[in-house]
Amino acid sequence: MARYWEVYLLFIPVAVWFITLCYVPMGGLIIAFKDFSPLRGIFDSPWVGMKNFVKLFTTPSFIVALKNTIVISALNLAIVFPVPIVFAILLNELPWLRFKKMVQTVSYLPHFISWSVVASLIYMLLAPSTGVVNHVIEAFGGSPQNFLGMSRYFRTILVASSVWESMGWSAIVYIAAISNVDEQLYEAAYVDGATRLKRIWHITLPGIRSTIAILLILQVGNILSTNFGQIFALANDTVMDVAETIDYYIYRVGLGTSNNFSIATAAGMIKSLVGLIMVVLTNKMSKKITDGEGIW
Amino acid sequence: MAVKSTGFFDKVFNCINLILMLLVLVVTLYPFWYVSVASLSTIDHIVGSTVLIAPNGIHLDAYRQVFRNDMVPRAYLNTVFVTVVGTGLSMFLSILGAYVLSIRGLPGRTALTFFVVFTMLFGGGMVPTYLVVSKLGLVNSIWSLIIPGCISAYNMILMRNFFQNVPEGLYEAAVIDGIRPAGYLFRILLPLSTAAIATVTLFYAVSYWNDYFTSVLYVRDRELWPMQRILREALLTAQFDTMMYNDSKQTQPPETLKNAMIVVAVVPILCVYPFVQKYFVKGVMLGSMKG
Repeated sequence: MARYWEVYLLFIPVAVWFITLCYVPMGGLIIAFKDFSPLRGIFDSPWVGMKNFVKLFTTPSFIVALKNTIVISALNLAIVFPVPIVFAILLNELPWLRFKKMVQTVSYLPHFISWSVVASLIYMLLAPSTGVVNHVIEAFGGSPQNFLGMSRYFRTILVASSVWESMGWSAIVYIAAISNVDEQLYEAAYVDGATRLKRIWHITLPGIRSTIAILLILQVGNILSTNFGQIFALANDTVMDVAETIDYYIYRVGLGTSNNFSIATAAGMIKSLVGLIMVVLTNKMSKKITDGEGIW
Repeated sequence: MAVKSTGFFDKVFNCINLILMLLVLVVTLYPFWYVSVASLSTIDHIVGSTVLIAPNGIHLDAYRQVFRNDMVPRAYLNTVFVTVVGTGLSMFLSILGAYVLSIRGLPGRTALTFFVVFTMLFGGGMVPTYLVVSKLGLVNSIWSLIIPGCISAYNMILMRNFFQNVPEGLYEAAVIDGIRPAGYLFRILLPLSTAAIATVTLFYAVSYWNDYFTSVLYVRDRELWPMQRILREALLTAQFDTMMYNDSKQTQPPETLKNAMIVVAVVPILCVYPFVQKYFVKGVMLGSMKG
């Protein structure tokens, strides 16, 4: 077909954006191997080889950030990931159609709320003297706690807010998968006298197994990327020992309190590389599990 | 499900399930109810009640003060500007990209797709991106809230998947009729794809409306902050209180003020949500389908 050049012309603005804001920054990763100073510019800053990477792994605060990131990812995997599956199954078992629809619609509302709003809601509910949570604790004779100012509650708050925010939204895929399960299987099982739990265990779960597998694998691949918008909104100085993730470290060292561009870029590069490797590996795995159904 | 529930165990199961689902409803909705009620109540009512259920009258003083200080109205305007202009620009670029990537038989199509998809897998990260944005002269300008995140590769691929579902013959026929590629896109493809356009437009609009972190990275001046950023600073910085209260006629305690601000920030989303939520679900289904 002729006129392909006109098609390419249409792509130019898009290409310009991707090159400027995605590929040029990728090229900018070379400052991880330099002692970059904005005054000298990228090209005139001296090469330092792997020095920045060596320095990172001998910096205690980076190791802590790495550990915090992995802990939060593991908690997400263990708690935030399975909840929507359970929710989708329970929702599917509801016999009242309109109620089911209503619960589902309400359940994905939190996904559309800014993390700054979610954090504000949490601050309000947990506030020491005015928050409802401390009021209830006091009503039962306990003493009020400043939950948001204490490191040992931070991860709980993080996980709880993730569940609140994403349960309904993440369940959509599972609900769709469940609705594709053959209705006759349920009827046959019912005739054979299988109990409700047995039907869930032997029909519903196997029916959504491949969906679960793919999403689980994707989640494992995201091990070093936590939700920075969420953590940044919820964290404060007093909980930094558990709240500082790799993203937070990059932000603080590179753009926040100091401007150590090279070190921060090196940390970012580690994160990006691990992410890339994980995605490629996990895509291979998911292809194996589901007979050729990877993400691409 | 068609299977009827009978027997004692089934009844118990339904009962527990019902309670759990009611709990989901309460836990999801109560925080919104709480801040709305608290924003309308007096502070002693908030402190005095164990579980805040209804306001003690309608006290609008907190809202008056939120809007008297011109910081909040300005932030609101910023958010509206970024959402409207940003969504427009994002849609324009995403439609162009999605269209090109959807044309079967286009030489180099695989390479172009890879060019887009690769950015989802690997990136320069926060600091190099910051340096580019700063070189472009966008730091501390309202455009820094739009340009750096203007295209979501994910949304573009989503739209491409949709365009690919349009029958191939249509394009051939249009070309035979002498319609140019751009004409085909705007006169034939787009009118056929309103559902996909609506979905992706909403995805972009919500993410612009909710974004606060981009301003943390790029914007120092308070005059340029979006609403969500003001909210975040109101929570965390002590100096913010004095900033709000330097306004000499201050009467409201910070709690009610913050509640009112949360309500102001979230009300537009709550208002449009019931009408648009079905498009989002459609978007997820589109996204889980691979191209």
